[in-house]
Amino acid sequence: MADVTLRKVVKRYDEVEAVRGIDLDIADHEFVVLVGPSGCGKSTTLRMIAGLEDISDGDIMIGGDVVNDVPPKDRDIAMVFQNYALYPHMTVAENMSFGLRLKRYPKAEIKSRVDEAARMLDIVELVDRKPKQLSGGQRQRVAMGRAIVRNPKVFLFDEPLSNLDAKLRVQMRIEIKKVHQKVRTTTVYVTHDQVEAMTLADRVVVMNHGRIEQIGTPNELYHKPATKFVASFIGSPAMNFIPCRLEELAGKLHVRLTDRIAFPLPPARAARYQRIPRDDKLLLGLRPEHIAEARPHPAPGVETFDTVLDVTEPMGMETLIYFTLEGAQVCGRVNPNAGAQDGAPLRLAVDLNNMHLLNEVTGVVL
Amino acid sequence: MSTLTVDKAGPTRKVKYGSMSRDRAWALRWSYFFLILFAIFSLVPPLYMLITSLKSSAEISAATNPWWVFHPTLSNYIELLTSNQFLRFFWNSAMVAIIVVTITMLISVPAAFALARMKFWGSATLATGVFLTYLIPDSLLFIPLFKMLVMVGDWTGIQLINRWYVLLFIYPTLTVPFCTWIMIGYFASIPKELDEAAIIDGASWFQTLTRIFIPVALPGIIAATIFAFTVSWAQFLYPLVFTTSTDQLVLPVGIITTLIKGDVFNWGQIMTGALLGAAPPLIIYAFLMDYYIAGLTAGATKG
Ligand SMILES: Nc1ncnc2c1ncn2[C@@H]1O[C@H](COP(=O)(O)OP(=O)(O)O)[C@@H](O)[C@H]1O
Ligand SMILES: [Mg+2]
Repeated sequence: MADVTLRKVVKRYDEVEAVRGIDLDIADHEFVVLVGPSGCGKSTTLRMIAGLEDISDGDIMIGGDVVNDVPPKDRDIAMVFQNYALYPHMTVAENMSFGLRLKRYPKAEIKSRVDEAARMLDIVELVDRKPKQLSGGQRQRVAMGRAIVRNPKVFLFDEPLSNLDAKLRVQMRIEIKKVHQKVRTTTVYVTHDQVEAMTLADRVVVMNHGRIEQIGTPNELYHKPATKFVASFIGSPAMNFIPCRLEELAGKLHVRLTDRIAFPLPPARAARYQRIPRDDKLLLGLRPEHIAEARPHPAPGVETFDTVLDVTEPMGMETLIYFTLEGAQVCGRVNPNAGAQDGAPLRLAVDLNNMHLLNEVTGVVL
Repeated sequence: MSTLTVDKAGPTRKVKYGSMSRDRAWALRWSYFFLILFAIFSLVPPLYMLITSLKSSAEISAATNPWWVFHPTLSNYIELLTSNQFLRFFWNSAMVAIIVVTITMLISVPAAFALARMKFWGSATLATGVFLTYLIPDSLLFIPLFKMLVMVGDWTGIQLINRWYVLLFIYPTLTVPFCTWIMIGYFASIPKELDEAAIIDGASWFQTLTRIFIPVALPGIIAATIFAFTVSWAQFLYPLVFTTSTDQLVLPVGIITTLIKGDVFNWGQIMTGALLGAAPPLIIYAFLMDYYIAGLTAGATKG
């Protein structure tokens, strides 16, 4: 087991710069998830850690040693691929033990390691089958087993659950988390699914266009996004962005959304935003759960306004509502008993204690 | 299948599906018609050979029904199988075929692996070039090849012309490009992650080839083997040009040159020799085809 460090790592393919200078410190035992839209350079980064791609610039260290020119087999890492990449002509046991057999481990040692991994992954009765006789979820377990038996310094996962159906994906997600709790191997996990990232990670690395947008725990990313990209990428339904600007009304700082609607800011927020020029084009960022039906005695910082709903989506435990403000579609979450109906008016409350203010041009959260 | 669909689709769609299955039935009839025609075309000559091989020379020259044997005899078979000369041809052919197949596989499998997987400068061009060489007809190549081998003989004193083993140098020019091409296709269809997994597991390139690629691409290797064997077994032009002494001949040339004496054709033995010569490829096909198809249907490259 080991820590992994990336220093200004760059990957250039002839024309394109797939990874543009990544700095990342991954602690021993940590579970780090790289997340971002397709094509943002996650796989390339992971493959550079694995040694499957040369790095164009920068340094990669595993356990303190620079491994830039170390071939994959000497990096002591194990990788799990999206399409499992099981050896089709080998049984499950042979698949799992292939690496150990190449390294000429004693037979007894190989057997005990395979048995242990098979037990951990609940595939004991499958060890004599060929991959084609397995379901997708079972293949995924075998692929993980192959990584576990090697007892490597680092686990690398590249979208391991993307080929599974939604239900199995949730199940395997829990399985991966359990395995990590048991073996505690440093893990770098790549996914485009923010839910997977939030649920699995100790720390999430949000990537965009070959760069890191933000690194943080799932909670930090959710509550304190640094950019509009992170704010909109993390969380589902996504955060709402409503065009607005700041305005002084009766000596108090307000955020004005429309001619009709301007909310006074809570004192803490007012202090924080005081120095923003009043004519800057801004975006008010509000998560759907901070837009709810109005209650009789609103807490401080909660402001109410009236709107007409476009569409409602009853989800059972809550109802998602959609309405339009200043041309932006806004989503809120109300109680199923709040009387929200398609096309009907509703009095809503926004919790400005949890608001975000973004610069519309730079996308930076202020 | 189609009738089931008709029942389930209900009356309104019956016409449409009905006409579709009628089309299908006609298509089937036509394919059977042509298949049977084709089968007759390809099976009549061997049948005729078999009938003739069971006749004595007297019966062949007598003007009886050519499609029937009145006095079947195995004398042609016994004569050939006890003739040292014929066995010599057989032996030469077998040696050439086996060694050429071995040489071919030893060259084309690693070559295909390198061209399919190791990205090096010019590898794509080289892969296309390999195939283009196969398109040059051997009737164009044999004269320069002959010249070259004569020159090699003059320079080194090693005489290759008129030795059966000269064919070991020549046949691979036919088999290697095509087999490499087949194997490039097979290797390219193996998901990239498979060798990446192997490399991470600690396999060298050579181990990746021998322990992953070769087993996974076995159907392709068998197809290539069959091809290389057929080419070396059935080649006629090259052995005709490069070998002349009776003890250096391979089967196809040997049968023609020794069993046709001037204008005397020993038809019975020619047919027998040809039939016996066709036996090894048939046996190999029968044996390996099962394997080949089993390999294909196993979906070997699907992880
Ligand atoms: N072998 C390659 N040659 C050229 N461009 C590549 C290659 N591999 C990836 N890229 C490019 O690098 C970028 C990042 O790819 P990748 O890391 O696979 O993205 P992700 O895994 O985040 O979806 C993409 O724009 C992709 O087109
Ligand atoms: Mg990817």
